[in-house]
Amino acid sequence: MVGIFLKAFLIGGLICGICQLILDNTDYTPAHIMVSLVIIGSVFTGLGWYDPLKEFAGAGVTIPVSNFGYILTKGVQEAAEKDGLLGLFKGVLDIASAGISASVIIAFFMALIFNPKE
Amino acid sequence: MKNINKTTDEFNKIVKKEQPAVNKVSNFLKAYLVGGTICLIGQIFWELYMTLFDYSQQDAETMVTITMIFLGGLLTGLDVYDEIGQFAGAGSLVPVTGFANSMVAPALEYKQEGFIIGIGANLFSIAGPVLAYGMVSAFLVGLIKTLF
Repeated sequence: MVGIFLKAFLIGGLICGICQLILDNTDYTPAHIMVSLVIIGSVFTGLGWYDPLKEFAGAGVTIPVSNFGYILTKGVQEAAEKDGLLGLFKGVLDIASAGISASVIIAFFMALIFNPKE
Repeated sequence: MKNINKTTDEFNKIVKKEQPAVNKVSNFLKAYLVGGTICLIGQIFWELYMTLFDYSQQDAETMVTITMIFLGGLLTGLDVYDEIGQFAGAGSLVPVTGFANSMVAPALEYKQEGFIIGIGANLFSIAGPVLAYGMVSAFLVGLIKTLF
């Protein structure tokens, strides 16, 4: 029980630390980092590596934005098995729907409620 | 032209020398600490949703994502998240709270330009590329797996 908390901290922190090293040593911007993480998450899912990682580290890999790549790709894979080529389009938002909808809706209201600092 | 380029090079060298040295080890540790803590908080929410509210593992995971997006958005609105970001760097960028921050922060910044061009468009200044490449990548991975 305690193990999963420690592993979430260690693995999640490691992903952030590596990204910080990339930011400090290259000219890449935060947007590059986020896009790369999502693509890496997607490729890892395709290779079948993300589920074991999730099994091992829990929130350590589901909190980093690479998780968007995971849920988008997992949705596509599951739908493609069922519906073939149509599933490639139908499945994209199957699992990711809640996360992406929540991002847009919550962010909109936050931007509405708050005002920028002076 | 050659001379100008040379001067620029020299100028850049001087700038580099005069800039405060980036302490990469300390930055790494700070990003590790804050990023790890955010993931730990996510794990705590995950266990809470599964034990207290009886969500399935999948639904609890989704609830955690929504909760973290809410917290990231709220802290951005309260102007706290940028302070954390100053300290944590990638530690506050990589978790999904940073994704929420990347939507709310530019939307707030350009709020005065109106609801459509200001808030509406700027919500997606970073989230747009992330979602575009995420979807295309998911599609391609799915396509490759279907074909082979």
